[in-house]
Amino acid sequence: MHGRPRKASKPEEEAASAAKAVKLRSLQSQFMTNHHDKIYTNEAIELSTKLLEINPEAYTAWNYRKLAVEDCLSRIESDPNLVNSILDEELRVVESALRQNFKSYGAWHHRKWVLSKGHSSIGDELKLLDKFQRLDSRNFHAWNYRRFVVELTNRSEQDELHYTDDMINNNFSNYSAWHNRSVLLSSLLAQNADGFMPNERIPDEYDLVHSAIFTDPDDQSGWFYHLWLLDQTLNVETPLLTSSWPSHGSTVSLSGAGCLNGSSSKFTTFCSESGSFPLILYFDQAVGGVSSSTVTTDSELKGNGDLVWEPISYKNSQVSCVWVTHLKYVSSDPCEYKVKIRVGNSPGIVSSRGHNFSAPYEFVFTAHVHDTVKDSQEGIVSWTDGFDIWDAKSKDLNSLITLDQLEAEIDFKWRQEAIDSEVECFGILSDSKIGKLTLARLLMAREAMVSDDAVKGVRYEEILQLYNDLMALDSSHYQYYKDEHSVAFLHKVTSSSESLSRHLFRYRGMNNLVCLRLNNLSLSRIASVEKLLFVQMLDLSHNELHSTEGLEAMQLLSCLNLSHNRIRSFSALDSLRHVKQLKVLDVSHNHIGKHSVDTTRYLCSSPLSNSEWSPDDVGRQNPGLVTKYWDAYFVLRDLNLKQLDIAGNEISGNEFSSFVLQIVPKLVWLDGQKLGN
Amino acid sequence: MADKLEADKHVRYILMAEKKKESFESVVMDHLRMNGAYWGLTTLDLLDKLGSVSQDEVVSWVMTCQHESAGGFAGNTGHDPHVIYTLSAVQILALFDKLSILDVQKVSSYIAGLQNEDGSFSGDIWGEVDTRFSYIAICCLSILKCLDKINVEKAVDYIVSCKNLDGGFGCTPGAESHAGQIFCCVGALAITGNLHHVDKDLLGWWLCERQDYESGGLNGRPEKLPDVCYSWWVLSSLIMIDRVHWIENGKIVKFILDCQDMDNGGISDNPKDAVDIFHTYFGVAGLSLLESKNN
Repeated sequence: MHGRPRKASKPEEEAASAAKAVKLRSLQSQFMTNHHDKIYTNEAIELSTKLLEINPEAYTAWNYRKLAVEDCLSRIESDPNLVNSILDEELRVVESALRQNFKSYGAWHHRKWVLSKGHSSIGDELKLLDKFQRLDSRNFHAWNYRRFVVELTNRSEQDELHYTDDMINNNFSNYSAWHNRSVLLSSLLAQNADGFMPNERIPDEYDLVHSAIFTDPDDQSGWFYHLWLLDQTLNVETPLLTSSWPSHGSTVSLSGAGCLNGSSSKFTTFCSESGSFPLILYFDQAVGGVSSSTVTTDSELKGNGDLVWEPISYKNSQVSCVWVTHLKYVSSDPCEYKVKIRVGNSPGIVSSRGHNFSAPYEFVFTAHVHDTVKDSQEGIVSWTDGFDIWDAKSKDLNSLITLDQLEAEIDFKWRQEAIDSEVECFGILSDSKIGKLTLARLLMAREAMVSDDAVKGVRYEEILQLYNDLMALDSSHYQYYKDEHSVAFLHKVTSSSESLSRHLFRYRGMNNLVCLRLNNLSLSRIASVEKLLFVQMLDLSHNELHSTEGLEAMQLLSCLNLSHNRIRSFSALDSLRHVKQLKVLDVSHNHIGKHSVDTTRYLCSSPLSNSEWSPDDVGRQNPGLVTKYWDAYFVLRDLNLKQLDIAGNEISGNEFSSFVLQIVPKLVWLDGQKLGN
Repeated sequence: MADKLEADKHVRYILMAEKKKESFESVVMDHLRMNGAYWGLTTLDLLDKLGSVSQDEVVSWVMTCQHESAGGFAGNTGHDPHVIYTLSAVQILALFDKLSILDVQKVSSYIAGLQNEDGSFSGDIWGEVDTRFSYIAICCLSILKCLDKINVEKAVDYIVSCKNLDGGFGCTPGAESHAGQIFCCVGALAITGNLHHVDKDLLGWWLCERQDYESGGLNGRPEKLPDVCYSWWVLSSLIMIDRVHWIENGKIVKFILDCQDMDNGGISDNPKDAVDIFHTYFGVAGLSLLESKNN
């Protein structure tokens, strides 16, 4: 019980308490009688006043009072004086109840109800609020009531902003004031109100919040406001195209199921049984409205009418950063075709925040269709044997990882200056946790803004060191800093073709397909996927991943190694359901089945038990197993795997393996053993 | 300093509290007995002792709290109906596997009737709006398997309108982020398959920073004191958005165990305060989420 110390009660105390209980019990039962019999005499109302003074949480009494007020109002001749006196009495009762418990939902709501009647004077309300603010400046009931009064009186946002100025100057350690400030300021900035241009206002706000952070670095009041300012500084509202596959200026070699014969394949080789290849668009924020009218395709490839674009997202969402369509090609028709894609050809691509994709952006690539070779390779894919160091001209790689991002934003200068100034300030606070964390975030932000390859990569070491320091300094949040470290590390790896090329190999077993090896790097999180859309074979084994969140954009991925990670359930692999090319998956030696709490079950697209799902044949024949292994069922049945490794998990065993064989009928290799016959 | 969960003591505490109807504490909380019953019974169930109470007695008392015409349930016999107590009533019946005695149509209509134009939910006919009620409505209707009785899309839109710039959620649009409200909003979005509206990294950081350095306990918002009930609100929110690995579990377990009353049983909000059913429930529930081996 908040505020009630733990101690044994003395007999006198117990006796007094028992007497109080009897009195209250009697009051309550009398009240109930009045309420049920709809008695609204002065005496009855007075009884409810007494009850609420002792127990402001007796919600039925507040309901009764509203009924009593309505009853009274219906009987008087709308004499304003009489009405006011009735309503004023209600306000007095509320105030007395709030003195007992200034967090009483019932009391505050009753006050709002009274004011909504429209007769009472509102001028006193702000004074009352000041009183409560002084008692407890974090009382969210009071702050909510303040917003209610402000709306009722049409007080300006600028005036309310000044109020937060006063509160913050009085005591910077007032998160509620900072929160309110963020709401008001974001509204004023969005309106482009007078004196609220971001390039002038945001730098001023940085100065203000420094007072909070630098005075006491352990006080969290300013941290989240500062993070919001950073977001306002960095994020350009207009959505931009970050990357695509195929990328501008590239040549994609396409062939049928058999794949090319012998010749060392470049990056951009793609073999498909279905005779189509994906066209991937990766935006810098979630957008909707990508369709064949907003994105036009101009090519001589036959058989491609109006293309259907799909967002790679959760079931219910129509917005995504990643959009995919498929272009058909006929491998018996070898030729070179130019393909021109125009993104934003007509308006309609809109971010989830409501901003339109700006100027149309065009990119061109060549589709080189090859003849199919009959000889197809169906051997088992090995992750340990048959790899050669990749050795190719770096300009191939450059075209894939250089992001051709348009700078539609004219106001770039103030953003860079703000970040530079913050980096300087936080360099001084470098011993504290918030100092190091903010500096790391600022440096990451700056990396994202810098486009010169030569300058990039230098400060990544500093960022990684900061996160290492934080893991030691604030060990409770070790995993948070670990995740950020992994993100920064992957940004570093993909920042230049030189660093990325050190992780690329050729796999002989699949006609020298390029494999990206990111194993044994203590990675706890996936990032920089927008630069890795070309990847078809990915080794993430021996890391610390617990989810495949982010991999859904890798639409070309056909072989994935996740062995020796920290995957706890199949629901953590839900994003792979979007990777339709996936044929080879290794999730051996993980933690599947080890934990009773599934941290990804609500994030995956699978329905909960109370939703509709139509079972297939397997589902109908094995309802018990489907219930037991529901996440494996939903994830695996949507994949077309040929090779799967699941050994070394708690869930592994004969029952699970035989269930898998039913859900994945086309499986050829399970745990290294060839199936069938 | 405690090193294990004193399950037997807590069971005894709950059973005794259930019988002490005439203490002042009990009388002053008469109006929310339905909530208290849910907290106490769920704790007993978590500790495998639900059989210690008379199912028939509880269920028949629960049914006396249902309003004949409105369809909703009150906090206790004679009081007015409200969604808060309607959810607890449905949850209690679900615990005893007795949902079949409900007139589902009646209860669900009561709840659906409280959805407003903007998608929000009122707690009762008197119109108080709060995202707690959005969660309550969605949770209750999902247990009764009739979510289709409300406009889910609008309900989601309203919840999203309560999202703040720190990634958290408040009770109404513009209201400050609070772990309890966050649990309600994230929970409602989880049940309806709409977690893509949550900025998991932003909210995850806000939530993991609820942990207090010294005690290891969690608070409900910045610069507030740690409290055992936040072990549930914060922890389950983190689990739903897959960021629970950002917090240190061991320290929370220790904090909850330290909040036990080793003499009388029960758990309190912090080691110095008096115990109550509310915090006993959240402490035990929090431990179950932490997959604690201490019970």
